[in-house]
This record gives sequence, structure tokens and C-alpha cells, in this order.
Amino acid sequence: MSEPEPATQADSDTDEADESTETTPVANGSQSVIRALENAGVETVFGVQGGAIMPVYDALYDSSIHHITMAHEQGAAHAADAYGVVKGTPGVCFATSGPGATNLVTGIADANMDSDAMLALTGQVPSGMVGSDAFQETDTTGVTMPITKHNYFAGDADTVGDTVGEAFALAGTGRPGPTLVDLPKDITMGDTSREPGPAKTPDTHVHHVEADTEDVEAAARAIERAEKPLLLFGGGVIKADATDVARGFAIDNGIPVVETMPAIGTMPDDHELCLEWAGMHGTGYANMAVTHTDLLIAVGCRFDDRLTGGVDSFAPEAEVVHVDIDPAEISKNVYADYPLVGDAGTVLDQLTEEMDRAPDAREWREQCTTWKTEYPMDYAAPDDEPLKPQFVVEALDEATSDRAIVTTGVGQHQMWAAQYWRFKHPRTWVSSHGLGTMGYGLPAAIGARLAADDDQEVVCIDGDGSFLMTLQELSVAVRENLDITVAVLNNEYIGMVRQWQDAFFEGRRMAAGYDWCPEFDKLAEAFGARGWAVEDYDEVADAIEEALAYDGPSVIDFHIDPAANVYPMVPSGGANGKFALSEEQL
Amino acid sequence: MTQQQQQGLQGPTPDDRPHPTGRRNSHGERIDPDTEAEQHPRTAVISALVENEPGVLSRVSGLFSRRQFNIESLTVGPTTVDGHARITLVVEETDAGIDQAKKQLKKLTPAIAVGELGTNAVRAELVLLKVRGEEPDKVHAITQMYEGQTLDAGPRTITVQITGDQRKIDDAIDAFRQFGIIEIARTGQTALARGDTPTTPGESPGESATATDDNQTLNYDD
Ligand SMILES: Cc1ncc(C[n+]2csc(CCOP(=O)(O)OP(=O)(O)O)c2C)c(N)n1
Repeated sequence: MSEPEPATQADSDTDEADESTETTPVANGSQSVIRALENAGVETVFGVQGGAIMPVYDALYDSSIHHITMAHEQGAAHAADAYGVVKGTPGVCFATSGPGATNLVTGIADANMDSDAMLALTGQVPSGMVGSDAFQETDTTGVTMPITKHNYFAGDADTVGDTVGEAFALAGTGRPGPTLVDLPKDITMGDTSREPGPAKTPDTHVHHVEADTEDVEAAARAIERAEKPLLLFGGGVIKADATDVARGFAIDNGIPVVETMPAIGTMPDDHELCLEWAGMHGTGYANMAVTHTDLLIAVGCRFDDRLTGGVDSFAPEAEVVHVDIDPAEISKNVYADYPLVGDAGTVLDQLTEEMDRAPDAREWREQCTTWKTEYPMDYAAPDDEPLKPQFVVEALDEATSDRAIVTTGVGQHQMWAAQYWRFKHPRTWVSSHGLGTMGYGLPAAIGARLAADDDQEVVCIDGDGSFLMTLQELSVAVRENLDITVAVLNNEYIGMVRQWQDAFFEGRRMAAGYDWCPEFDKLAEAFGARGWAVEDYDEVADAIEEALAYDGPSVIDFHIDPAANVYPMVPSGGANGKFALSEEQL
Repeated sequence: MTQQQQQGLQGPTPDDRPHPTGRRNSHGERIDPDTEAEQHPRTAVISALVENEPGVLSRVSGLFSRRQFNIESLTVGPTTVDGHARITLVVEETDAGIDQAKKQLKKLTPAIAVGELGTNAVRAELVLLKVRGEEPDKVHAITQMYEGQTLDAGPRTITVQITGDQRKIDDAIDAFRQFGIIEIARTGQTALARGDTPTTPGESPGESATATDDNQTLNYDD
């Protein structure tokens, strides 16, 4: 193995930091916390006030950091997560102790499952009261231990700024993930004049950037001789900012590409080598390719069960090259014949350097193209039937630019968005993959909006059920005048559950339908946003155009076909190659 | 906008597609199902050098329980380096499981180094046994046989201490059963690599290991 890379220093915007250092010296723990964030280049944070975190907010009063007050701490966590996904630097959220911290939990767990870099700062009761069941006391480090990359209990006003800096650096280094610092009130209020030093990861943190050269050689030989090579890009490719390298590797070697859901956008959907995403609701051609490849080159993915289906039948003929920065992912779910521990872009460059020739995969490429025509992602949308969700997704895609950002809730609408939107760029697909958190979409759109460039539209494709979970965040979008468009694919069902009940529970639709669903367009207006309700095909384009043109938050309530289902589908634990094209095939 | 008029998704049905015959086992390894033997669990001793900060033990035990690693014992104590602790874990897992356990353990931020000890490692455990006091001479004899010590002797109970490897401790407990064991407390195994081999990779002795004035803190047997 190559030498582990020493702990790296987090990127920091030193110019800005220097300016603020000169203006106000640190006087207490809270100011040191905020100074650490400023030093790390943090511009925007999301949170909700409360007793134990008040000193930190007080220090924010004098800072240039922009704070967005969210309606609910879950919203703050999702917004921070999405902000980080779009921006490529850790998002930051604040909450008070007790209920504030526990409300963050879903968002932290979501970030953890998707390896999203995020820093959560939580207030805590004064150190002397910890353990006494004080008002709004929760063992926050205990609760979040299994869902953070690491968490900290701040114990010293002098070092609290360094701790926050370290937590920020750790969140974004190596395999990213959420970190948390719990801040007892006496520590944040404690006197200190110590300026936090440059943010650095803990001494014990090591990660390999370059893979072992012998391993690279072995993998390179395997790729050269493969007849049916297939690249599997995971979210790690985007996190490593290795999209260009990864695309280049695929194109230069003529190797077809499938993606995991978090990797949507790594390869442009319309590229001839792109088979889009594989797994439960992935394309038929991606699942055929995964099933028949003889060499799977997986980069930055963790072989989640929604991707693999039953492991027994996953890529059953393939040797596996697995590139990952986290050694614990190697051979965790799928055995790696060629383990390459390192940074995605660096290792792909190493492979390119080592390879003497591209694999001879012309026949295999033709086979993949044939599968594309054999299993097209077509859908029927007759005029006399209710609005089809796929049609709405395509209409939104057509009306927006290539760099538009899509956020989603969880359910059928999420899958249709992933299937029918043509993604061209990384960091434009922002969704809840590993945890599958309904309600992610709207707060994520808020975070994404604040991180995105002005010319990028932000569209939240939501389900009625998912929207109902976090729609209070519309108040934030209105207050901050954020230009986002929420498209609710309203089937008056928690549709994915209804689909499963029809397929696997003999149609016994227990607790899946809404006898009554609010009128989302009117609800939007009540919040101060703009709203449209759409039932017919001929209203779709106009409503989308008006909503996109409106410079502020808007909601289009699309009343879609309540019977529409998501296919193809690989049932849980099934073989990817046996994906069903309709319910009858399950 | 044009609307496509096809009826749903097209393509060969699952039965009409070619399906490869290959298989993977539960560890995701490609196998020949006819010859594949089940992987059996084995006992491994893992040593982890960690930063001795609050919560570190709960991070380790939480990791093992949430990832469902089978753990037989866990011991923890300070080392020669200030602020470091050594955690010794005995786990019962397949090779793949042991590999995962080590890697996940190393991923914990306070973990400095993690190693698995070979079969020739030095291992020891301590047990306290409280037995009925009716036959003190016999109890004494068995205690001597296992090179143990009597820590407390009264008219009704005798408490002895035995140290040694797991096998010896198990044997000793069996031998004491005849008197009627009232209570047992076992520490679980602790271990060090033999000779010059470091117990965890890259581990080197801390300063206090050679400093004479620290020696008494290492010597509990006074
Ligand atoms: C917080 C949460 N609760 C429950 C679920 C289980 N679940 C998965 S999909 C789904 C239905 C989602 O309904 P909706 O948001 O309306 O989307 P649709 O499937 O109808 O498009 C449910 C309840 C979940 N993923 N997340």
C-alpha cells in the first residue's frame, strides 16, 4: 500500500478570514465557533433558534455568514445537505438542544447514508447540568453516534473553535459524511480570546489517495483483456470531483457506463455509452448490462441492495474492480477481485497511465446498444386518459436548461424524475437515496437554490405525501424570495406503497390513500407563493412556463393518473436481469 | 408537445431473456454452487489502540452491535502512552466478517491502529470465583493447582483468583464446581503480540514505557 496521505488542511478562504480577524477579536466560545466557520469559508447556514444555542446565534449577529431560519430543524438539515451536494463543500446547520437536535436526526441520518458532507452544530445544556435530565437535555452525541462520521462534545471554550474547524474539515475529507459538535452553553458563553487555528482533520484520520501500484497493474491487465467491460459509477465520482476524469476514462476506452442513483449526471444521459442507472427501477438496458458484464469496474459506490438486488445473482459472471476511498466498502457487499483503495479521479488516472490498450469491446458495445432499443423507456400517454407523470417530468425538463437542478421527495415521483429527466451534469440531481426520506425535496430545493448559480433553475419534483411532510418550508422560500418551482405529482396516494400493495399484498390498500388532500395551489397562495392546479395535457406547458417565469417560489399541483406505476422493477432481492416491465411480470 | 402512443414498456419478458448461470455467495464472492462450502466463523483477537477520550468505548461497542459482529469479550485499559487506551476484542466471525470488523473499527475517528493477533500471541484472562467455604483445604489445593491466589476466606465463602488463557480458566471453573460456585466475574481476554512484533501495526513504545518512575503505576500486584 502507498503511504497514507497525512491529514489535509481544509480549503479556507483566507482573504475573507483575515479581514474579519482584524475587525473583531474573539471574546468567547461562541465567537470562536463562528470564527472557525468563517475561516472555513462558510457563507450560508440553516437553522432554528433556541435556548441552548442562543449564544452561538448571538455571535452570528456580527458575522457576514448568511443565516436562513428554517421552519423545522429537519428542513435545516436537508437544506444544508443539499447545499453541500450542489456546492461541493460541507453544508452547515444549527439547532438548539433537546427537540432541536432530535429534529435534525432524520436529516443527519440521510446525509450519512448518502455520504454527504455536512456539519451540524447543536446547543446543549450547561456542562454542569448534563446528566441531570435538565430542561431540553438530550444525549445528542449518543443519539447521533451511529449516524455521524464522527461527533464531538465540546468541553473547553479555548478549543471549541478548533473543534468546530476539525469537524468541518473531517466532514469533507476522504469519504464525506456528516459530523456534529454538541455545544454546552457554558462553553459557548465561556471567555476566551483564542482564535481558532486553521481547520485540520484529526491526526488519526488517514485516507489513501493513490491506490497500490501492484493492484493497479493487476486491474489494468483485467480491463485490457475484458470482453464485456462495464463501468459502474457511484456517487463517489461526483464527491471526488472526478466526473471529467471518469467520462474521459469511459470514452477513451469505449466502455459502457451504468450509474447508481446518486451518480446520476456523471455521464450525460444522452451519451451513446451511457446506459443510465441500474437497480430496482433502473433502465432495462442498465440491468441487462450489469447482469451480463464480465468485468465490472465500480468507482465510488457501496453496492447498496437497491442496486444489486439479490447479491447471489448480481453481475454473476463478472470479476469486480472496486475503486473506493473507504477500505471498509471493499468486499463489504460484493467481493472485489481487484480492490483499489484511493481517490476516484486519481485511481482512474493511475489506471489510464498503466493500461497499454483499450479493451476490445466493440461487440459488447453493440450488444448494449441493442438492449437500449429492445427495452426503451417509452410510456403511453393517450389524450383521453389522466395525465401521465412521465409526460410532466419530460415537459419540465424541456422547459428548463441543461444545468437545472432537480430535487425530489421519495416514492414513485422520485423514480419517474430519475428515469425521464435527461441529466447532463453532476450535482444537478439532488435526492434522498440511501435513507429514502419523504419530505427531502422542498428543504433540499431551498438549500440547492442558495448554492446554485443564478442561471440554474431549481425544480422540486415532489409527491403529495412527501410534500405534506415538510411543506411548512414554503414559508422560508417565500420569506427569502427563493426562485424554486415545486411540481407535485399528485396521485392522492402514497403511491409507491399503493403500487407495492397492488403487486405484493393482493391490492389491500391499507393506509395508502388520502381520502382528502389539500389543494396545493391554494395552500401555496396562502403561504404567499404562486400556485397552479393542472389536470389536462394542454395546461401542462403553460403552467410550467408561468411558474418558471415567476421570480419566487411556485407550486404546480399536477393531478396525475392515480393508477400510474413505476417500471421496470426488480423486486427486492430479485435478479436484476429479471426486471419486470409490468405488474404481471413480477 | 408530442405524446407517444405505445402501451407501456416494451421488450422481451423476463422468461424470454438470456440469464447467466453464475452465482455469488452471501459474501458476494463468485462461486461454483456445487462445490462451494459454507464459510465458518472462527475466533479472532483484535487489538485496537485508541485515543482514550470520553465515549470511545461506546463508539466501539455501538459499532459492533449495530453491525451485528459477534463479540465474545471486550477489555479496555490505559497503555504506556498518556491518553491512549488499548481495547482487546474477541470476535467470532467468518474471515469476511473479521475483515469488515477490523476495517470498520479503524474507521472510527479515535482509532489509532487496529491489528489482529496471530495464534501465537500472548493471551490472558482473569477470573474471580466465589465458592462455598465448607472445604477450605480442598479449595486451597485446587487453587494451587491452577496457580491461583486466595483473595478472601471466611467461614461461608472463599474467593480465589485464577489467571491464564481461556482454556485454563474454563478448566479451573469446572474444577471448582464441586464446591458450589456462588459468583463468577471474568475479565475477558486481553492479549499482546509475542516478541518484537507490534500488537497493532506501526505501534512503537511510548516514552513512559522506558521511564522508570512510571513503573509503579504499571505494577498492580503490590
Ligand atoms: C419519512 C418516510 N416515511 C415513510 C416512508 C415509506 N414510503 C416510501 S414511498 C412512500 C409513498 C410516498 O408517497 P408520495 O410522496 O405521495 O409519492 P408517490 O409515491 O405517490 O409518488 C412511503 C410512505 C418513507 N420513505 N419516508
